[in-house]
Amino acid sequence: MNYARPAAPQEILLPVRPGFIAATLLAALLLNLLPWSGWWLALRPDFVALILLFWCIDQPRMIGFATAWLLGLLMDVADASLLGQHALAYSILAYAGIALHRRVQRFSVTPQVLHVIPLLLLNDAIVLFIRIVAGSDFPGYQYFAGSLTGGILWPALVILLRLPQRPKPDPDHV
Amino acid sequence: MEHQPPPFFKTGPTPLARLLIFSALSIALLVADGRFNLLPLLRQAASVLLYPLQRIAAAPVNLARRAAEFFVTHASLRDENARLLLERGERAAALQQLQALQSENSHLRELLGAQKRIEARSQLAEVAYTARDPFSRRIVVDRGSQHEVRNGQPVIDHGGVVGQVTRVYPWISEVTLITDKDHLVPVLNVRNGLRAVLAGTGNDGALELRFVPLNADFQNGDRLVTSGIDGVYPPGLPVADVTQVDRNAAFLFARITCRPLGGVRNNAHVLIVSAGRQLPERPPAEEKSPKAKKSRRGA
Repeated sequence: MNYARPAAPQEILLPVRPGFIAATLLAALLLNLLPWSGWWLALRPDFVALILLFWCIDQPRMIGFATAWLLGLLMDVADASLLGQHALAYSILAYAGIALHRRVQRFSVTPQVLHVIPLLLLNDAIVLFIRIVAGSDFPGYQYFAGSLTGGILWPALVILLRLPQRPKPDPDHV
Repeated sequence: MEHQPPPFFKTGPTPLARLLIFSALSIALLVADGRFNLLPLLRQAASVLLYPLQRIAAAPVNLARRAAEFFVTHASLRDENARLLLERGERAAALQQLQALQSENSHLRELLGAQKRIEARSQLAEVAYTARDPFSRRIVVDRGSQHEVRNGQPVIDHGGVVGQVTRVYPWISEVTLITDKDHLVPVLNVRNGLRAVLAGTGNDGALELRFVPLNADFQNGDRLVTSGIDGVYPPGLPVADVTQVDRNAAFLFARITCRPLGGVRNNAHVLIVSAGRQLPERPPAEEKSPKAKKSRRGA
């Protein structure tokens, strides 16, 4: 999986357990449901979108549109918003992640951020578009701040979510 | 046409095809929910799934709040106690007057044979969380259909009207705040009894009176209370104070901005009121009898 990355050290990762993917997505949902308010709310990245995007890029075979769509549905109910807007946004995000995964994987972590931020902004823009069509006002540019925070969190996320896949150090080979 | 060899592995439809399927599903949902308001069942089911997660997510914040409450200083408790005693003294007079007025009113009503108003019952609810959507002005409270909360019940706090229950789930319900862009409250000016419709603007702390003629008698500082017309809100609950009146002859209506009295955005507990007022069915549009209606409500 990592063989094409030029600068990264060679390390063959273990296969991901599906339970781990489910657990991280559940944790993301929990993080989104925390009662954020004020500035924290403006800066809060959409954790579900972020982690969904990570798995779509990292393990495009393990995660599919159905997961993305169902998560979007749950977010719509939690946000008390029109049913289907997050579902649509996450489906498109999942498509973008799966379509771009070969390209993004070739980059090291920092340039990956430059791919991730536009995708998260696209996700926000879709929700915004649906809301404006449904008759809402533009909420101000701080609405997009969360996507930038999401991009900043990406390197930490990559390290954290790859941790369980790192092979155990071989006792014979020090 | 480019000929493609059959794939080695069966992977189902291509990602693009799947994207189209799921996008079509989402758009169908959007239309069904937004235009026709179908699918309450789907929403209920998802809500039941989400409920434990929401409780878990709210737990650390509740814990922090309780811890903060525990470490309240002696001085602040004493101050609060003094303030409450003062308030109670101030209200006692008004309360006695109210009791006298109530008995007088009920007596008069009996004399008139008027329909008796059923006393409003209310239940305390805790704000579970505010919807994180920057577009909507809604809160979610921890009382639902299991606690006999029904759609359309008004929600108030110590200051005044906060909003109205708009969706009921088994254990929680959604309250649309009066500041929501699509929310209307029929109100009455206390000073002169003028009736109007108060609408949210989508901004916290700002409401506006809609469709008020330029020459209508509204002034800064006027208190607006619910008029009770439409039967959703019981009459007489304070809603807002007028803060700004703009009369520009270029427009048909005056621009009147108001400030909500209830802590629309910043309280932890609210009261859900059972209005308990059964209005008779609205008469059909053809046979207008506005006078009869007015005299019944005017009391």
